[in-house]
This record gives sequence, structure tokens and C-alpha cells, in this order.
Amino acid sequence: MAIASISAVALVATACGGSSDDNSGSGGDGGGGGEIVVNGCTPENPLIAGNTGETCGGNVLDVMTAKLIHYNPETAEPEMDIAESIETDDNQNFTVKIKEGYKFHDGTDVLAKNFVDAWNYTAYGPNAQQGSYFYSPIEGYDEIQCSGEGDDPCADGGKPDTKKMSGLEVVDDHTFTIKTSEKVSNLPMRLGYTAFAPQPDSFFDDPEAFGQEPVAAGPYKFDSWKKNQAITMSKFDDYAGEYGGNADTITFKIFKEQEAAYTALLADEIDIIDQIPANALVGDKYKSDLGDRQLSQPNSTSQWIGMNYHIDKKLENPDVRHAISMAIDRDTIVKQIFNNANEPSTGVVSPVVDGFKEGQCGEYCNYDPEKAKELLKKGGGYDGKLTLTYNGDGGHKEWTEAVCNSVKNAIGIDCVATPTVDFATMLTKLGENELEGLWRMGWVMDYPSIENYLAPIFSKGAASNYYQYDNPEFEKLLTDAAAADDAAKANEMYQEAERVMLEDMPAIPLWYGKSIMGWSEDVSDVKATPFGNPDLAAVTVE
Amino acid sequence: MGKYIIRRLLQMIPVIIGATFLIYAMVFAMPGDPTAGKCGERPCPPAYVAEFNAKYNLNDPLPVQYAKYVGKVAQGDLGENQYGIPVSEDLKDRFAVTAKLGLMALVIEGVIGILAGVLAGLRKGGFIDNLVLVSTLFVISVPIFVTGFTLQYILGLKFEIVPPLVGSDASFYRLLLPGVVLGSLSMAYIARLMRSNIGENYKSDYVRTAKAKGLKQTRIIGVHTLRNSLIPVITFMGYDFGALLGGAIVTEGIFNIHGVGGYIFEGIHNRDGMAVVGAVTALVIIYLIVNLIVDLLYGVLDPRISHD
Repeated sequence: MAIASISAVALVATACGGSSDDNSGSGGDGGGGGEIVVNGCTPENPLIAGNTGETCGGNVLDVMTAKLIHYNPETAEPEMDIAESIETDDNQNFTVKIKEGYKFHDGTDVLAKNFVDAWNYTAYGPNAQQGSYFYSPIEGYDEIQCSGEGDDPCADGGKPDTKKMSGLEVVDDHTFTIKTSEKVSNLPMRLGYTAFAPQPDSFFDDPEAFGQEPVAAGPYKFDSWKKNQAITMSKFDDYAGEYGGNADTITFKIFKEQEAAYTALLADEIDIIDQIPANALVGDKYKSDLGDRQLSQPNSTSQWIGMNYHIDKKLENPDVRHAISMAIDRDTIVKQIFNNANEPSTGVVSPVVDGFKEGQCGEYCNYDPEKAKELLKKGGGYDGKLTLTYNGDGGHKEWTEAVCNSVKNAIGIDCVATPTVDFATMLTKLGENELEGLWRMGWVMDYPSIENYLAPIFSKGAASNYYQYDNPEFEKLLTDAAAADDAAKANEMYQEAERVMLEDMPAIPLWYGKSIMGWSEDVSDVKATPFGNPDLAAVTVE
Repeated sequence: MGKYIIRRLLQMIPVIIGATFLIYAMVFAMPGDPTAGKCGERPCPPAYVAEFNAKYNLNDPLPVQYAKYVGKVAQGDLGENQYGIPVSEDLKDRFAVTAKLGLMALVIEGVIGILAGVLAGLRKGGFIDNLVLVSTLFVISVPIFVTGFTLQYILGLKFEIVPPLVGSDASFYRLLLPGVVLGSLSMAYIARLMRSNIGENYKSDYVRTAKAKGLKQTRIIGVHTLRNSLIPVITFMGYDFGALLGGAIVTEGIFNIHGVGGYIFEGIHNRDGMAVVGAVTALVIIYLIVNLIVDLLYGVLDPRISHD
């Protein structure tokens, strides 16, 4: 039963994100008060929950929205938020009951229809919402997508006939049902993502205008957005949930450069920064600057090197792939290039998600030039040039070159790091299966589940499966895990699937990202969520 | 005089049209994907990309795009940038800040540079002359980001004499330090330019005549020598003002000033044609007007130059 892991009973955690020793503030009417200023950046799109997929807008919406599920900032465990219960007998038909008393910032009640309408709106193809694909497991999703060919699938008659997914149904004001097209044991766990936030009735009148002044149901309500300068929010008095905030107002101050944000922190002009600039990471300078007012912990970013050995026959022998992996000196690269802002990884799954297991890669992720040489010989060697392609718009030059040097020195393959203009160009090439050799790839979780690092990336026909990875054993483990009636059992199967995949090694794990934050003397209780954002609602102002 | 000004204003029209078209074409010709990064760590869904392209006419050929853009501009609508914010609104905010910063840098570099140049030029080989020569050489050889970060750290963070950052509150007080940093390089150039011109003109015939007539030293220098010597300096400052408006990217980054330079840089980076063309067109117009003012000042400074 999926609900076993997140029943309402499990919610004995305190309001402030589960740290047992703090007694500051309780949900809804937290004490504290005061003002928090945190560094932000300009959202790429209007602030609509279903159309925000990048951090600048995501950070703002995180504080403003309430979803069915809330992720515990320390463990990433899903906890009930608006949901009273999410029940299922077969992992395919879910009944969602929502709590009464939740209100949107405009005073209207949060009802079942607010979820169903918002979800249908986001999933509906012609609305061109970024969060649309989150709804793909729901029955009827395919029927509301555009079917046209070419660049614009919604042009000339490609529009779907219906606007509603058959898998969503409102039962009464506080109950609705979800039916998925296949078994999805971790569906409840997914529902805490921003794209699943409910929308008030006013949203549907004019989404464009709404995106400039959003209304949600979370602990903070939107006040103002001074373009390119600051976004301000204040505490919502009628917030009924358990995850209320302490501070009266939260301001995202927009900085152009990380260095400037760091200077502002040293000058006490800002309370929290969620990134430390490279020049302060060198020699752990930030630790001597800030003392114990900083934290660093793994976040959900996972980086690896991908390849498609169906088109690059030279990589077809698994021994060659293992040899390359064992020729990469991850520890040294992380220390010298990243100043320890990353952590060498032992699998593709990030340590912050439910189901993570250490050491999945086995010895293949250890740096061992001798063993690598043996494996390379056993696998028939590698002739000619090996390219490592990276996108030139993302600061990957230094480390890709370091990886290539490491491979060159350890096993003598002539490895060359080659840039593409940008990420989109690289993805286009990958989508057309025309990139030989190796290429960099990374993943940031959508929801804190091990499944999110496997199924969308390595399962047959998945959108991000640029590896053309196809292993029946792996597929079966995924299907069985999705149908498992027990979360622990499901996770075991996913872990097994990860091991199978790494044995084949279409992807060579490299490192996890870390969230590194700093804060001023005026605030305390700063914690990083698994998503790598500061949990602003839990912060107390001195 | 009036005829001359009108002629000059009319000449601006083709320049502006040509400049906007060139910039539009360049932004359009840049490789890369304008929707890159708009959807976080993954590519945007096709429907999103299609809608985005339709909204910004990115599917049209370049001349059609440009014609649509000019048509809108003619109605006073500069379009929206890729964040969905009207460009005119953006430019209003950013030019207000940048103009303040540029003027401050210009005043600082003008006053100090001219003063140092005059003092050095009158006593060539003296102590002040050597001091000015050495210190300007130092300022010219240190890159601006070094100057910026160092002064920010010492004056802003360590001794807390001035605020280290500007941010959204762009008051003159907060802009003081960035103004000094931004103007420092040109200050050194002006001082050296002034020094050589004063030295040259001070030896000229009309100054000798003025001396022979028994005029006061202050009048000889302040009126006769200075006026003539200012012509190259004014030319340089006119050019520099334009450069300060658009080229203050480094200084803006260090002090977190939301100005025009950074706006253009980001626009180019995101292939945000609307934003770049709007901002650069405004810069071109300002540049042309400043140029005209400089030309008119020549006539004031040196009666031998006349525009009639």
C-alpha cells in the first residue's frame, strides 16, 4: 500500500519541518515575526505553478504554494499537507480526500475541483505548460495532447478534442479520484511537486495576468514583484496548514552575480544566500567568513557521463565502459575543480531521495588505473579519438577536460572534450542519435523518489533515454516495483534495477551536487530542503 | 546655427534605422536556443517552444520580423522581453540608474582629471607632474574589476565607510563608490590628455601675447589656455559617456547595479532580441545627441570653429 509510508498518522513532526528540538512557532500562527531577505533571480516565466520548471521561479512558488503533500526538509519524506488521505488498493485507483479549512490567498476555499481543474489545465497540450509531462501517468493524458506533426504539434487541426483527462474525477467538495493508466506505486509521493498545486477559480479567467500576481494556498502570500529587483511576500493569516512560517515577510532580492550576493551577506544586507560563489569556496574561505552560519549537504543534482553504444560500436563491450569509469579520478577532480562543492557518487541516484542506496556502482566507480588497463585490454581496447561532448553554455569546460585528462593518463585513450553551442543543440543531436563517444548529462529530481532517477531516463522509450538503453531485466524490475504494494519492497526492486543498469553502464556516475548556504546573524533554523532550497518557512528571525 | 542642428538631426534617422536593423540581424544570427534554460535542467516541451516562437515571431524570416518590430515601435511599443516584461518599462528603470551612474563617473573624472592635468601640465617635471604621471599609469594598468573588488572590500566591508553594494536603492550616496571605480580609468586618460594640451598651448603665441599684456596668471590659464586645451578632452568625454552607459557591465556586476550594460549583456546571452534592440537603439540615440552637443561646444570653446 502506498499510503503505508505516508499516512496522516506519521505526521507527528513539528510545524517547522521536523526538527525535534525547536519550539519556535507552530503552524499557521508561528511566533517570530520579522523580515527575511534572501537572494533570488528573475523567474524565467510568469509565476504559474504548472509552468515553472526552473529554480528562479520555483523558489518563489515553493514558499507560496501548498500542495497535497509536503516534503520534510530534512528527510524528503512526504508528509500530508492539504491531503487528509490518499488511498489505493491497487496502485492504480487513488482516492484523495482533502482537509477542510484551507483557503487561497484571495479568500476562496480550496476544494477538490481546484485540483482537478488546475491539473487538467496544466496537462492540456495547447496550453503549452512546462509541467504537463508530470501528468503523463494519469489515464486520458494522451487524449488531451496535440497530435500534429512538425515543430508545432498543436497547429492545423492537431488540437485534441477534449480538455479533460478521464482519470480525474471530482466526487464531492473534498474528495476526488485519480486513475492512472498503469500501476504507479509512488504516485502519492509525486504530488508534492509544484506542478501539482491547486489553482483558484480566478486563475482560469486570465492566466497571463495571474502569473504576474499569483494566488496560492501556502503560508505566504504574494505582495509585489518589482521587476529585476525584488519579489516580496508576507505571511498569510488564514493559512490553515501545519507548515506555517515564522517571519512576517520574505523578500527575494535579485542579484546579478553570486559574488555580489555574497558581499551583501558579509555586509548584512541580506539574510540567506543559497549559493556560495566560487571565489569564496576556494580554501573554504566561506567557512572562515561565516563560522557556523553555513551548511553544505547533498542535493538532488546528479551528474554522469552518458553514451549510446548502439551507434558507437567502439563502446559496445561493457569492459571498455567499465575501464573508462575506473580511469576517472573523481576525488581529485571534485577537490581541484569544484572546491568540494560536489561529492563523488557511487550511483546515478541522489542521496537525498527515498530509496537511495550507497555503493550501487561497486568497484566500477573507484579510481584504479591498473584495473582499468586490464579491463580495457580484456574488452579489446579502444582505437582512435574518444570525444566527450558537453554544452558550452553551462560551465562544464574545466571538468570535462579534467575527466579527459584523467582517462588519457590512466589508460591512454585519446579523449577530447568538445563543446556544443548550448544545451538545446546537444539535446537535439542526442535526440537524433548522432552523438558518438561520451557526453555529459545530469538530472535534478522532480520528486524525491529513486524511481525518478531510473524510469524517465533509462526505461525503454522514455523521453530522456538518449542512451537507447533497453534491457528486459531492467524493464521488468521497474514494472514490478511500480506495482509493488509496499514502498520498501518497491525501493528494493528499484535498487536492484539501478544495479542492473550500472552493470551495463550506459551511464558512468560522476558526482552529486551539494547545496551550500550561508546566513546572517539575524536568522537561525536555516535548513536546506532536498530540492536544494532554503526552507524559508522554518527560518526564525532573531 | 539652427539650420546646422536641424541638418544634424535629420542625418540621425538613417543611422538609427541602420543600427537597429544590424543589431536585430546580429541577435537573430546568433547560434543557440532562446528557450534554453527556461525550463530548468531539461529541454522545453515542443508545445511550449512552439508557443514561444509564435509569440516572438521567431518563425518568420528576419526582414519580416524586423518589419513587425519597427511597426510596433512606430506605435510607441517596444515589445516585451522574454521574461514577459515590457521593454520600455525595463529601460525606464535601468536608464534612470545608468544615467545617474554615468553622470557621476563623468563629473568625477572631469573635475579631478582636468584639475590634475592642469596642475601637472603647468610645472612639467615637477613633483606634482611626476605624481600624476605615476598614479595615472598605475590606474591605467590595473584592470577595473581589481579596482572594483579591492575598493569594495576595503571601503565597503572592512572599514564600512560607504555601502558596498547598490542594489535596488540607487541613491547618489550608494552610487558614489561605483562612480569612482567606473570613472577612474577615464580620469587617468583625461589627466594625461589635459597635461599635454596645457603644456603645448602654454607655449603658444597668443599666450605669450597675453603674458606680455600683463594679464593675471589665473586669467591666462583659466580663460585663454584652458579653453583651447579642453577641445580634445571634451571630445573624449563625449565618447566616454556613451561608453559608460553601455559598457559598465563589470562595475554593474561587482556592485549589483541593475543598469543598461548588464541588461544588454543578458539580452545577448538569452538571444532576447527585443530587449537588446530596444536598449541599443536608445543608446545610439543618446550617443548621437551627445555627439551633437560636443560639436556645438567646440564653437563655444574656440571661436575659430564655426558651424555656420
